[in-house]
Amino acid sequence: MRFQTPEGSPAPVRRVSFNLQRGESLGLIGESGSGKTTVALSLLRLLPRTAQISGRIELGGENLLGLSEGELTRRRGARIAMVFHDPLAALNPVLRIGTQIAETVRAHRSASRKDSWAAALGLLRRVGLAEEVARGYPHQLSGGMRQRALIATALACGPAVLVADEPTSALDPVAQGGIVELLRQLRDEGVALLLATHDLGLAARLCDRIAVLYAGRIVERGTTAEVLARPRHPYTMGLLRSLPPPLGSSSDARLQPVAGSVPPPWATFSGCRFRDRCPRAGDDCAPREPELVEDAGGEVACFHPLEAR
Amino acid sequence: MSAALLEVEDLCVDRGGVRVLDGVSFALQPGETLGIVGESGSGKSTLARAVLRLLEAARGRVRWRGRDLLAIPERELRAMRREMQMVFQDPASSLDPRMTVAASVAEPLAIHGLAHRATLAARVAGRLQQVELGPELLHRYPHELSGGQAQRVALARALATGPSLLVADEALSALDVSLQAQMVNLLRDLRATLSIACLYISHDLRMAAYFCDRIAVLSRGRIVEISDPATLVRDPRHAATRALIAAASSSTLTST
Repeated sequence: MRFQTPEGSPAPVRRVSFNLQRGESLGLIGESGSGKTTVALSLLRLLPRTAQISGRIELGGENLLGLSEGELTRRRGARIAMVFHDPLAALNPVLRIGTQIAETVRAHRSASRKDSWAAALGLLRRVGLAEEVARGYPHQLSGGMRQRALIATALACGPAVLVADEPTSALDPVAQGGIVELLRQLRDEGVALLLATHDLGLAARLCDRIAVLYAGRIVERGTTAEVLARPRHPYTMGLLRSLPPPLGSSSDARLQPVAGSVPPPWATFSGCRFRDRCPRAGDDCAPREPELVEDAGGEVACFHPLEAR
Repeated sequence: MSAALLEVEDLCVDRGGVRVLDGVSFALQPGETLGIVGESGSGKSTLARAVLRLLEAARGRVRWRGRDLLAIPERELRAMRREMQMVFQDPASSLDPRMTVAASVAEPLAIHGLAHRATLAARVAGRLQQVELGPELLHRYPHELSGGQAQRVALARALATGPSLLVADEALSALDVSLQAQMVNLLRDLRATLSIACLYISHDLRMAAYFCDRIAVLSRGRIVEISDPATLVRDPRHAATRALIAAASSSTLTST
């Protein structure tokens, strides 16, 4: 899958490009307002009609932006599916879990009620739930179980790409661990996973590569291990320094987060969009915006990146 | 222990015939920060609310500076609440959307009869300054604030009456990582300058270990373990503690 949008649009996401291979997971890392959800939704063309998208979103060689609404509906679910952060809002409260999954199966291929119900049971087993869950309603399940049920729905038609937007943020840490395991297993089975999250720890556990988004642009990209161990962009460094010390460390030092907050979506920029908050900014950051360029194995958009070491 | 600010003894809360908080006991010293951590549904928020008598306890005692909070009349309780304030997870729902920042911060002062016309504006501005917000926000409404600003306003409102205890119920969870870090730095500064005690309720053990003097692990309505963070992490005694440690450690970035 490839994804590109060109410059010049007033959308909060600009010139974001990435590709995703089968069985690979890419983390889109960013805080609120960074544009990660915009990217996630645009992949399924779920943005409101007022949004202007340009560029290309290619899935298996086909440009999703060139499809009609009808063709698109057939691709959604079948080729690319989405998991949202709040499963209680995404599931229908008055339908049994099994009915919802079976309904999704039937929306994309002709199957009898009996066959689609059997398929639903199989999907529930695949996401680690008991078949009895099929007869339950969303409110009867725990948060972790609901998220599994939602993933089962997303998997109903065997999509090649799964887009997950903060899939664990509504869960407590123990339930989160289970969902991480499940998503990892799906990736290993060949599903391409795009994870939009603010949680660096989650990305570290789940993603092969990460792209750090700031105010609608990718500012750093590379393998997860490289970016997190040796961040080059001052913003990535600031995110890492916002985290409390690891458990068992007796460090009592003050945290060193990035000062200020993410600019609002309507903000306009001249030069580097991070320079107002950047401890390394110089005069050369004002006249033009740095491009994402290859640098020591990764990619960084910064005129004064941190040492590669 | 006679100098304790807050002593909780055998506190039980029932909901719909189910005991959701079961025999909880702990003491909080003035200026101390106690973390309450546990999975969803372990009873963390119930504990916070029961301690402040925001919901009815089935049994037990909560002593505030030696007086039984659960036994005193409502009127007196209201006066005592001046000393114990709470910050919630979602500032968007804890601030009144129809009140300006200035009005929100001034309201607790009015309720507790601390608002004097001559000094009110200065006090409100002072509280905002304390949470590192500028006076230009005074006349804004909650929808005009960012999430981080709104949570600071909620904190300024909680600090308005000069409390001795701040109860923070997942007060950082809704914030982005850099705002969480800014906020925890601010809370640490305020704790030091105001010597305010804090009950810090969270599912984030890593942040709790960094921020708290002691941590109580809650599981199925009971405190299963309570100790300082270093000991808790080095030598966990209960399965619930080990599960929280495992979950928090697997997301530490150094382990990958």
